[in-house]
Amino acid sequence: MGEKTVIILHSGDMDKVYSALIIANGALAMGMEASIYFTFWGLMRLKKGELDKGPLSKMNMLGLGRQMIKQRMNKANVASLERLMNDFKELGGKIIACEMTMEIMGLSKEELRTEWIDEWGAVGSYIQEARNANVTLFI
Amino acid sequence: MAEMEIDVRGQTCPVPLVECRKALKKASPGDLVIVKGTHPASRKEIPMACEAMGLKVLEIEDKEGGKEWEIKIRR
Repeated sequence: MGEKTVIILHSGDMDKVYSALIIANGALAMGMEASIYFTFWGLMRLKKGELDKGPLSKMNMLGLGRQMIKQRMNKANVASLERLMNDFKELGGKIIACEMTMEIMGLSKEELRTEWIDEWGAVGSYIQEARNANVTLFI
Repeated sequence: MAEMEIDVRGQTCPVPLVECRKALKKASPGDLVIVKGTHPASRKEIPMACEAMGLKVLEIEDKEGGKEWEIKIRR
C-alpha cells in the first residue's frame, strides 16, 4: 500500500478550508493517497453553494477582513476552493462526511454536494483511514 | 512517444504541482512532459514529487533571466 495523508477538517473557516485542500492536493501531486474527513463546522462547507462561504479564522471583522483577503488572493492568482476541490477529486482524493454532524445540524444528504462525497462515516472511518497513514492532521 | 506541454506561468501554490501531476497521470510511460512555470517553490518541488514517484527529470532550465523555468520529465 502506498503512502497516505489523512486530514480532519473540523473548521469551516475559509482560510482553514484552503489549508486542508492545498495540503491534500499537494499530497496527491507528490504521489501519495489523500483523504479529508469533513466534520462539525467543516461539514457545513459541503453544503450546496457553501464551499467558499466560511468566515476568516482571524480578523474577519464582520466580513470586511475576509473581503480584503479574498481580493488579495485574487491578485496573487490563488485558485478558488471550487477548483481545488475539483483537482482533489480528479487526482483521486477521497472525501468522508461525518454522519453525527449531519444529525446534530439536522442536515440531509440532499443538502450536501454528494458528487464529492465518497463515504459517510464516524470516528471508526477516520481511524481506519489514519491507521496506516504517514501524515494526519486536524484542521 | 508523445510530448505534452503544460503552461503554469503566473500560477501559484499548489497549481503548478497539481497540474504537473494531472499531466503525468494522462501521459503514457515514455512520454515527455514539459512544465513551464514561474512559481519559485515549484521549481524545486516538482523534481521532489517526480523523485518520490520514481520518474526521471531530464532537465531543469531557467529562462527570462531566472524569472521562468522549464522542467522536462520522462513519464
